[in-house]
Amino acid sequence: MDLRLELSEQGGWSVLLVGGEVDVATAPRLREQLIKLVNDQRFQIVVDLGGVDFIDSTGLGVLIGALKRVRTQGGELALVCTERRILKVFEITGLDRVFRIGGTVEEAMAG
Amino acid sequence: MVVGPEAEVEVVVLALPPRPEVVSVARLVVGALAAADPSFDDERGADLRLAVSEACTNAIQAQLGRPAGPSHDAPIELRFEVGPGCIELAVSDHGGGFDPDRLESHPAVTDPARLEYEGGLGIPLIRLLADELEFRAADGGTTVVMTFGPRVSTGRVVS
Repeated sequence: MDLRLELSEQGGWSVLLVGGEVDVATAPRLREQLIKLVNDQRFQIVVDLGGVDFIDSTGLGVLIGALKRVRTQGGELALVCTERRILKVFEITGLDRVFRIGGTVEEAMAG
Repeated sequence: MVVGPEAEVEVVVLALPPRPEVVSVARLVVGALAAADPSFDDERGADLRLAVSEACTNAIQAQLGRPAGPSHDAPIELRFEVGPGCIELAVSDHGGGFDPDRLESHPAVTDPARLEYEGGLGIPLIRLLADELEFRAADGGTTVVMTFGPRVSTGRVVS
């Protein structure tokens, strides 16, 4: 099962580039990475879904959990997503109104 | 009286071990079946892949939540009926059954309290994507039957 995670820093934010498929098999790795960031006191996070070609409700649940963790700390978790098929999943679940979603990392950070 | 040829329905049956890794296999199969029917476009194919992913995830989690034994380890069964302009997917588990009318309801997504809930989006998503959805109690488990036409009415969102 294919999930790629690549972490970098940009303008004080942690940027996690995600690629592949986010489902029940791979979501635990994404969850671990996001929990580790929060444990490392990283509360400004951009999750760049640019390389994601599939996400289902298990993946959405991980993002919701991470959003809650950073907001509890006064932080923010923003998303980068341009792929229509992935955006559709956020739109039909109403989560496009919960997450800040930008077309680029800069947009996501700017809010 | 002229009788036309019987519409051909193709049936594909898969038995998969109840492990998270197999959900991607189910998606591959349903994606290939949808792609073979020209009336299903790419976007509708993506709907089917998402719906089967949700149904298989629920089936697997229902079984893995049970104590060790036959109902924990038994394969989940996927049955695909592909007819002209229609795909029916049935996912059967041995997870002990559940009552879809008793699903916990969640706060609206815009309610900050919604962040308390990481789960519970799967079945609302399936309801939205499938044209018909039925839960059948079946021998110590549940069969979820989803029917898809080439298009879903647009503008619907999870409530």
